[in-house]
Amino acid sequence: MDQKVSDVKVHKMGAWSPGPGCHGGCGVEVSVKDGKVVNVEGMDDHPWYQGRACARVLAMTQYMYHPDRLKWPQKRVGNRGEDKWQRISWDEAFDICEKRMKEIAEKSGPESIIFTQGTGRDVGGMISFLAYAYGSPNWTMLGLSGHSCFTPQLAAGYVMQGDFSFPDAAQFLPDRYDDPEWKAPEIAISWGSTLNRGCVDHYWSGHWFQDLMKRGTKLIVIDPRCTWEATRAVLWLQPRPGTDGALALAFLNVVTSEGLVDKAFIDKWCSGYDQLAERVKEFTPEWAEKISWVPKEKIIQCARMYAKAKPASIEIGRPVEGNPEGNQVIMNIHRLIAITGNLDIPGGNVICRPAYQVTTYPYSTEEVIQLYGADLHRKLSEKRIGADKYPLVKQFRAWAQEDCIIDQMETGKPYPIKGLWIQANNFLANQAQDTRRHYEASKNLDFVCVVDTFMTPTAQLLADIVLPAASFPEKDSIYCIGGPLNVIHKVVEVEECKSDWEINFTLAKRLNPKAVPWGSVREMLTDRMQPSGYTFEQMVDKVWDLAPKGHKCGSRPYRRFEKGELRKDGKEGFRTPTGKVELFNTSYEGWGLDPLPYYKEITPQGPITTPELYKEYPLIMMTGRRSPVLFHSEHRQIPWLRECDPDPVVELNPETAKEKGISNGDLVWIEGTMGRFRRKAKVTPIVHPKMIMVPHAWWLPETEGKSPNSYGIWDLNCNQTIPMGHQDSAGFGGGPISGMLCKVYKA
Amino acid sequence: MSRKGLLIDYDQCSGCHSCAVACKQEHKYPEGKWGIKVEEKVFVDPKRPNSSVRIDYIPFPTEYCDLCAARAKRGERPACVKACQSWCMYQGTLAEMTVLMEKMPRAVLYSR
Repeated sequence: MDQKVSDVKVHKMGAWSPGPGCHGGCGVEVSVKDGKVVNVEGMDDHPWYQGRACARVLAMTQYMYHPDRLKWPQKRVGNRGEDKWQRISWDEAFDICEKRMKEIAEKSGPESIIFTQGTGRDVGGMISFLAYAYGSPNWTMLGLSGHSCFTPQLAAGYVMQGDFSFPDAAQFLPDRYDDPEWKAPEIAISWGSTLNRGCVDHYWSGHWFQDLMKRGTKLIVIDPRCTWEATRAVLWLQPRPGTDGALALAFLNVVTSEGLVDKAFIDKWCSGYDQLAERVKEFTPEWAEKISWVPKEKIIQCARMYAKAKPASIEIGRPVEGNPEGNQVIMNIHRLIAITGNLDIPGGNVICRPAYQVTTYPYSTEEVIQLYGADLHRKLSEKRIGADKYPLVKQFRAWAQEDCIIDQMETGKPYPIKGLWIQANNFLANQAQDTRRHYEASKNLDFVCVVDTFMTPTAQLLADIVLPAASFPEKDSIYCIGGPLNVIHKVVEVEECKSDWEINFTLAKRLNPKAVPWGSVREMLTDRMQPSGYTFEQMVDKVWDLAPKGHKCGSRPYRRFEKGELRKDGKEGFRTPTGKVELFNTSYEGWGLDPLPYYKEITPQGPITTPELYKEYPLIMMTGRRSPVLFHSEHRQIPWLRECDPDPVVELNPETAKEKGISNGDLVWIEGTMGRFRRKAKVTPIVHPKMIMVPHAWWLPETEGKSPNSYGIWDLNCNQTIPMGHQDSAGFGGGPISGMLCKVYKA
Repeated sequence: MSRKGLLIDYDQCSGCHSCAVACKQEHKYPEGKWGIKVEEKVFVDPKRPNSSVRIDYIPFPTEYCDLCAARAKRGERPACVKACQSWCMYQGTLAEMTVLMEKMPRAVLYSR
């Protein structure tokens, strides 16, 4: 729906990356004058954000017309890292990519190119589409350990009840809080999440929690670091990083031993309750206190408050799955949600499905098969890296396993890796743990193409070809990852930038014309949106839509398990083998994994695992606190955003700082057993004296891009001190993103 | 015409900086020039229950805040009020604002 005011035309659309970077889903108004975007702000008549907007959306004009934006295709003319580039035409860029990729497919097989996406953008759809057209099963997010960026949450939800769930903030109801069916939860737990950093991490806006609190919800925060929300909570638990699993088990222990469960729900809709109750007997609050440092009284209080409230909800942050046995931790939280009867009820944790089951990109194996056919999927699965080792990699999400990829890049076994297609992924500045190892493994590949909006350290150090991606007002796409179906439509062009869809569509057509039966990207998007009954053009006018009540797609709450809306066969129950919430997990049992909860302290370092080392490195490093204005490695060059969060800092407790003679603003080294990096000290009581917090993904685009400086990543990147290879027994979850030991001293 | 004010229920401000950037976009203020700027304040009181630490954010309207006069002419609310993710900012006459303020535990009123 577009309105014209004088010579400015206002276009309404969904906002998704490139641009804000996040998982968004908000509605925005984009004002265009003389072919240029002049203003972007929130859209009042969109239910998710209702006129509100984050700083990243509000700075879009600076992002789109930034002088450093990639404007046209370039090829490398010097050595990797030398910062020598030559402008080329799109035709030449596509010719080079086609030729090099076809050569690699002939010589080594298409599986030897890894297709790696980042987070945020709608890029998952186009990258899997390109990988499958080319014939590679190795679609992934290189640099993560154990897929630890939301995928464990998807996987844990999938094995427990066939779907994942989110706290209910009426986000699936067009009238939101005014819908008479909706209720505010009595208690909401925010577990390991900086909610007010907007919707950067989930399809869930942090500020919805504030909406709930204004409607009477009491908040409990579980976080090793004191957040703003913690200071507004009725209860704050401060665990040692990496011990959320112990807390989850102790909560299960309290709730089952005190009988604070929803017996009717358990009897009808869950299986394995008695076995669960028996198993968690050993995980007492006393036991959990020793591990987590949270006093047992607070553990008991938290469990009781949550279990006695009805409804109550839990929001699970990313660090929770980055725990030892991360998938297991999330599964245990799902067990807690189910046995207290808080699943898919108003104000509880509601099952999250995209409107009409239209998806932006395939999440599950089932969807991959639907999209690309069972034969191709079977053929490709045999070669997917990690599928032979991890059943969830084979059975659930068709992503190659990142820890196994890095091993294979080094050994060349069982087959060599020859190329990387990198789209919206700046892993050397951002998520790649053991960063040097990733760089060494990638620097001599035969072919590397990077698609991005700005030149990044990763592109400088690795790419042969760099392609400029369009930001959201420059492209046609859809947003549908759990919540409304939003349409994004192209209203302007910036230089020669092309959308990720256009780029991959064109290249896929060149590589394998049979895989691209559509004439245009819009035609393909309409095909993808087919379950909704809308064409792309119809949705441009409508902007957003949620499925109506009772729709068979099962995307509208509540109590869908009673109505047969969750299972394909239309029967009551959940989308699991037994139709129940599987507290005793038959999928895990079938894969030879423990079907019941357990605890493993497998953090490679820490006061319990390596007490001697803890004396030498007396601080526990947490990483990755979210910024209100910067998304992962993006936005460091956007003036309006950078000035709100200007420096690569490390947060230190005043006691810790005093002991080391460190003052606010001093440059300090943070050193672990794998190396050291430098930061500016921010002395603040919000961190525990035995812990530090290091915001991740810092690089300095204002400094030299040429190696060895490479925009400062080797000086700043905290992930250099974090190892790979600590994924959990399912291959999902794990990785000591928080929990490594370190020491801090003045630089 | 009665004097206008900007009411900030800062107990609810979560520090998202949306007001600051919305203001910059509206007024085309360059880097370094703010119409409103968010400040972080952290205080420790060991006697405080639950958490000894208290974090407050407060959006500070500067001399360059004109209460979005141009937007007011178009019948739109100020850019900061619209963008505020916490919905903790309000604009109206001083009389209207003081009525709202009575129900807020901690709020500040700016007028010009």
